[in-house]
Amino acid sequence: MAKNDLLGASLWDAYSNKVTTLMNNPNHQGEITEQEAAEHGNRLIVADFGAESCGDAVRLYWEVDPKTDIIVNSKFKSFGCGTAIASSDIMTELCIGKTVKEAVKITNIDVEFALRDSPEIPAVPPQKMHCSVMAYDVIKKAAGLYMGVDSESFEDEIIVCECARVSLKTLQEVIRLNDLTTIEQITDYTKAGGFCKSCIKPGGHEKREYYLVDILRDTRREMDEEKMKAAADAGSKGSFESMTLVQQIKAIDAVIDENVRQFLIMDGGNMEVIDVKPTEEYVDVYIRYLGACNGCASSATGTLYAIEATLKEKLSKKIRVLPI
Amino acid sequence: MQVYLDNNATTMVDPLVVEVMQPFFSEIYGNPNSLHKFGTASHPAISKAIDQVYKALNASDNDDIVFTSCATESNNWVLKSIFNDHIVSGDKNHIITTEVEHPSVLAACRALEKEGAKVTYLPVNSQGVVEPHVVRSFITDKTALVSVMWASNETGMIFPIKEIGEICKEKGVLFHSDGVQAVGKIPVDLQAVHVDFLSMSAHKFHGPKGVGALYIRNSQPLSPLLHGGEHMGGRRSGTLNVPYIVAMGKAIELATTNIEEKMASIRAKRDRLEDALLELSDTFVVGNRENRTPNTILISIRGVEGEGMLWDLNNGQIGASTGSACASEDLQANTVMLAIGADSELAHTGIRLSLSRFTTDSEIDYTIAHFKKAVERLRAISSSYAKVQPTLGGESKACELHH
Repeated sequence: MAKNDLLGASLWDAYSNKVTTLMNNPNHQGEITEQEAAEHGNRLIVADFGAESCGDAVRLYWEVDPKTDIIVNSKFKSFGCGTAIASSDIMTELCIGKTVKEAVKITNIDVEFALRDSPEIPAVPPQKMHCSVMAYDVIKKAAGLYMGVDSESFEDEIIVCECARVSLKTLQEVIRLNDLTTIEQITDYTKAGGFCKSCIKPGGHEKREYYLVDILRDTRREMDEEKMKAAADAGSKGSFESMTLVQQIKAIDAVIDENVRQFLIMDGGNMEVIDVKPTEEYVDVYIRYLGACNGCASSATGTLYAIEATLKEKLSKKIRVLPI
Repeated sequence: MQVYLDNNATTMVDPLVVEVMQPFFSEIYGNPNSLHKFGTASHPAISKAIDQVYKALNASDNDDIVFTSCATESNNWVLKSIFNDHIVSGDKNHIITTEVEHPSVLAACRALEKEGAKVTYLPVNSQGVVEPHVVRSFITDKTALVSVMWASNETGMIFPIKEIGEICKEKGVLFHSDGVQAVGKIPVDLQAVHVDFLSMSAHKFHGPKGVGALYIRNSQPLSPLLHGGEHMGGRRSGTLNVPYIVAMGKAIELATTNIEEKMASIRAKRDRLEDALLELSDTFVVGNRENRTPNTILISIRGVEGEGMLWDLNNGQIGASTGSACASEDLQANTVMLAIGADSELAHTGIRLSLSRFTTDSEIDYTIAHFKKAVERLRAISSSYAKVQPTLGGESKACELHH
């Protein structure tokens, strides 16, 4: 939020002239009949995507030459807003003249780019970017019908943000490499979540399989676990000083359990580790005696030396044990 | 010709209103709270505005009508102060409202839920209104407030405020109504109904934006939302917005004088427009005419997406809306269409046309012609009106989107 956000955007003014022109006068709206296709010796493919209950629905018509697999003609029908109609129109234009295999490679980014007036200015405002995604989806569907395969098979990676076409793998890598901690950072680095916002968290315009909030949380958790594991590994190699505080306390407890506690309990006493404080010279381990140890003369002398000696031997020469 | 049919979003300020507010900018500009004559010079005009508002609503002299900045402030004030007075500092825990309220009620309620209030959002029937027996069935001895709009901004449907008021009175529960779409459009007689609090906004009845009011029955307690210099009898601090208060008085007077006559004139134009649009196949209008504010039509046009339709209307210089203008940037399905249980395919096909007393017959003729042309064009593009059906296996899946 800042000065530029105070007055809500004027949605329609953010459309490119191309979007406006095609919305007002689409070039390829209409239908291709079975008869027309047959007359040309071509195959007709008709695919639907979306539904009126979603607020957007598109029907794509392809007339494909079966000898060359080239899409010789294409039309569309659309229930949707201006950007949906303009995206559908430019989509048919991009399809014409391509083979079906080439057409499958057309993405929503290509569709949006083709609608730009100049290469550096987006054709539609961010929340409308999603309209172009349907064009991409319906092409895959038509190609699947033509080739007799599942349209999902054209997608070789999991796309989390369809508007910006950012994959799960990319997101995980970017979070790791740049140590990202917020959704805003993810959007800054990848553009994911910057458009229709459906992929950020559940409850948006569209239900998604993966959400950025979950990916961020899970990746961060994995990163933390790896960090811990690395520290623990370092600890097992003897570098007590490089452990985290919790790991140090656990290591001290483990040594005491194994070497000290049983003798104290035999004499009706016990002890607990209160805190660990590393200083320049020492690692101070604060302990408290319990039961019979409490007040025992040896607790400040012999027993104390024994505990300290054991910890020094097993963990670090810098350890100093201080009873409180 | 350009035609403004979005009067439920806001209205043109009546030139007569502009005229009365004029002197209070550079001629009579003193602070009404000052002792000197610069300040007191504005008192007669403010008193007159107060009288005009009380008279228009048939409020009693024992009631308070406090000027605010807008109905959003009035709604927030009631909800938040009832929450503080009766839930935080009292033994209540519950607020009842409806699913179709304006965002200033719904969002405030959601904020209060986070702070610990229990809120019930009542559903509406197929006419888009809440039925009184539904309100009754949800009132408990922990209910602090019932808040139900007087008329819907989206459908124009008028809610059974009299009946709900009686129920609240009988149950001893406070009753607030967001009267934004009712005041100035239909008769609002505060002696004939039992309403504890009523919110209103001047820009909905040809007054300026930035001034509204909250009616408080019998001057009953309601802790202030804005603390400060104890203006408006200590109920609402902030230097009195003199020109706008004067304007609101004039605007409400103009809107409510001979209101039956004005309603009949607007209704005749609205009905003519509605009849003409319903001649188109596969259309329907939400809510029966008799129980609607006389200026409003929410029409669904099968096969035509709402924003696409607005685009074409805009190209024809006609300003309309797909629903709540305040939320028009997010372009989601019409919440009222969904709430009344309309076929989900139609939830994105709603177009709201709202007239005013300034709408002319020739504007209606122009709108009818252009509207029909737009529907024809968009249906020619629409997939729902396609003749060639999808290749086997190429049909669309059901919508998986959230709404």
